Amino acid sequence: MNDQNSLDPQKKLNIEEILQDLESYRPRRKGWVWRKVPPAGVKMGPFHFHDMSEPLKNSIGLPASKYFDHIDPQPSCVVTTEIASGRFEDDLRRMRMAAWHGADHLMVIRTAGQSHIDGLMEGTPEGTGGVPITRKQIRASRKACDLFEDEVGRPINFHSYVSGVAGPEVAVLFAEEGINGAHQDPQYNVLYRNINMYRSFVDAAEAKRVMASAGIFQIDGAHNANATAKAGWLVMPELMVQHGINCAFSVASGMPKELIGLSTVPPDAPPAPKLWYDLPYAVALRDFFSEYKMRAQQNTRYIEADVEEAVRTHTIDTLISMLTSADIQSTITPDEGRNVPWHYNNIRGVQTVKQTWAALDGIKELLSLNMNGPLGEMVRDIKERAVAFLEEVIEVGGYFAAVEQGFFVDSAQYPERNGDGIARDSQGGVAAHTIVHRDPDYMAPVCAHFGENHLPPGLEKPCDPIGGCTLCDPEKIVYIDELDPEDSAARRLEQTEPYRKGNLIRPEAEWAGDGTLLLQLMIPESEALAREAGLEVARRMGLQDPQVVNLMVLHPAEGCFIEVKGKVDFDVDKSSLKIPPKVELLPEEELRAAVKKVDLKVVAATVGEDEHSVGMREILDIKHGGIEKYGVKYHYLGTSVPIGKLVDAAIETGAHAILISTIISHNDIHRTQMKKLAELCQEKGIREQIILIAGGTQVNSDMAQETGLDATFGRGTKGIQVVDAMVKILKARGKV
Amino acid sequence: MADERLARFEKRRAELKQLSDEQLKAHFWELCDQVVEPIVELARTHTSPSIERAVLLRMGIDSISSHGVVERIYQAGLLGKGAGHVLLKLAQAQGTDVKSAADAILADKDVLHGLF
Repeated sequence: MNDQNSLDPQKKLNIEEILQDLESYRPRRKGWVWRKVPPAGVKMGPFHFHDMSEPLKNSIGLPASKYFDHIDPQPSCVVTTEIASGRFEDDLRRMRMAAWHGADHLMVIRTAGQSHIDGLMEGTPEGTGGVPITRKQIRASRKACDLFEDEVGRPINFHSYVSGVAGPEVAVLFAEEGINGAHQDPQYNVLYRNINMYRSFVDAAEAKRVMASAGIFQIDGAHNANATAKAGWLVMPELMVQHGINCAFSVASGMPKELIGLSTVPPDAPPAPKLWYDLPYAVALRDFFSEYKMRAQQNTRYIEADVEEAVRTHTIDTLISMLTSADIQSTITPDEGRNVPWHYNNIRGVQTVKQTWAALDGIKELLSLNMNGPLGEMVRDIKERAVAFLEEVIEVGGYFAAVEQGFFVDSAQYPERNGDGIARDSQGGVAAHTIVHRDPDYMAPVCAHFGENHLPPGLEKPCDPIGGCTLCDPEKIVYIDELDPEDSAARRLEQTEPYRKGNLIRPEAEWAGDGTLLLQLMIPESEALAREAGLEVARRMGLQDPQVVNLMVLHPAEGCFIEVKGKVDFDVDKSSLKIPPKVELLPEEELRAAVKKVDLKVVAATVGEDEHSVGMREILDIKHGGIEKYGVKYHYLGTSVPIGKLVDAAIETGAHAILISTIISHNDIHRTQMKKLAELCQEKGIREQIILIAGGTQVNSDMAQETGLDATFGRGTKGIQVVDAMVKILKARGKV
Repeated sequence: MADERLARFEKRRAELKQLSDEQLKAHFWELCDQVVEPIVELARTHTSPSIERAVLLRMGIDSISSHGVVERIYQAGLLGKGAGHVLLKLAQAQGTDVKSAADAILADKDVLHGLF
């Protein structure tokens, strides 16, 4: 039962229920939560980990975890994933999936243009490239996160953005609603959103003060410089300056240092010699900013459409975090270079961190950085350039003058200039001339207000004159549900209900029922032909709106790997699907006992004109976990063995069973061989006593009946399944 | 000009080289504080429509009303008093609460005349 208080891992999230009673929902806590990291390390399965946090109650480990007692070690740092498809109600399901894979910092991107909206948005309209951040959206998401954190057994930090021309209001909204983390950096507004510089900083002080009051962890926006500058790896001295200005301004606004995080990205990517740029920068930053937290982000600047390339770069980014430090390791979905992230790519991003962190657990106990060589020199060089940058800022008349002169986001290495920096006019930009000098009797009767405030004397709290503000008395918060019921989550949920609660299935990349899927093809032609051929294949397969999202040339003439996305417009009805019954295997001990009791013997061979033996050897050999491991004795006759010879061998050796393998099959020869085996045993009069089993890549478990055999197995079968089948048949025949 | 800048940088750098790592770090933070000091002062002594809307939100005024009320206070030249201050004063003058004062401003901007 998916009630309001807990989730059943076997049941989908009931989104309609999340949206109920939101007007009375209150966050269960405020403020940021770090992971619990036992100082003595964490014991999991056969291993002792040095730098891990406490494991989860429910989670899904890496694919290889099955070889290691299904352990799922959780990095000591908080792990971020960014989720915002435009429909927050669909994002909730993705958040749940991400939490199960180890994300505990869920970052929601705003819809395009929200930073230029002069005020708060309300309701749940659909967004573009993100979601409209509103009170209802936050409440519903936070309420869902409460359920997810209970399900996985670890607190989840929910995060969004405090910037634009409504920063202070957004900060109040976040503080009221228990948002745990937020981006706030007035420089970001000025440089990248062209918001008037005076307005941006005046607003920021208030926003930061409000954020601090609710324990909201702040992440700055400096990393955008290396995402924007043409040569991202040269702007490192400037990045230090941007981080420094935001930190100093935040502290002056009343924010404690432990709530301030630097958003830092290793600025380079292979084939560049990444370590020679990224490592000295990472070290220099951590030296200067030792009192602040590090939110290490992965590189986006050089991410192309190739998902694997992105994952490889992100693995190295994570290595740099581990060689230095990261309080939060953010992840970039590896498909960000080609589309708005898809569900499963959020998971891939989280897995990259989890896998790297487990592999390199405790690396700093094994290796140390050699500061006496070029690394130390490069670190010092970056620091000196950063300090010189600041001295020049002061020399030209301060920060605002420096921005006007294009000091920032110039793609040359300071002090060089390419003249391509982002210069802003202090009298221009969005919301220019909107700040107002506070009068001598200025007053704001609320808590967490920054700056001059001439309150009446003798108050205990600033909000006493109004009998309490919303930060002290949440009952005063005004909840607005929807402004446009036609553009709302409720309306969209009606459309997708059959896919979430009904009988219909459609593949999905972002939104319930979107029908989006991805084809991977190798086309043995040149790039131009491969592209068109890929699209034609997709069209003939019935995909709508096919687009090539990635193309890798394997050779200019020999061929290309391409990926084509498209949509299907049909539904699969659940009731039309036949799910093969899951075979419950007998306990291993019982199998061994039965095998011993009858002294189980088999003859085995690959039949027909077939020289392959790999599949059969895996079923037989002890080293592959084959039937031998359970005490079964086998007589292996080899490959291309005629059926007659096999049956004769079974009679001669007194075998209980004949195992045949038909690995490669043409013209249904595998079926013919299987039928022939049954017929011949019938003719020889041994069919009632013998067990007949066939397997192969083109065989499946349904074929036994039509071919007259006792059991048939397909690809991926293990020895224990064959032993289980034999013992069950023996039991049915009363032999054990 | 460019050469002059680079020459000044080289001079600066020669001086910075004399500093220990710890001194360089301390100098970095002194400079950061020096850069933000006038900006903090600007923020301390100024307000904006968004700051005032954020004050009204905390006073229990909904986002849509806050928008209209601050716009009228701004137009009336009273933003420097603080929008919350304006509401409080109007509520006291009318013998109502701040919510009613907000409604009154939205209904008739002339209620702001002569308030201060």
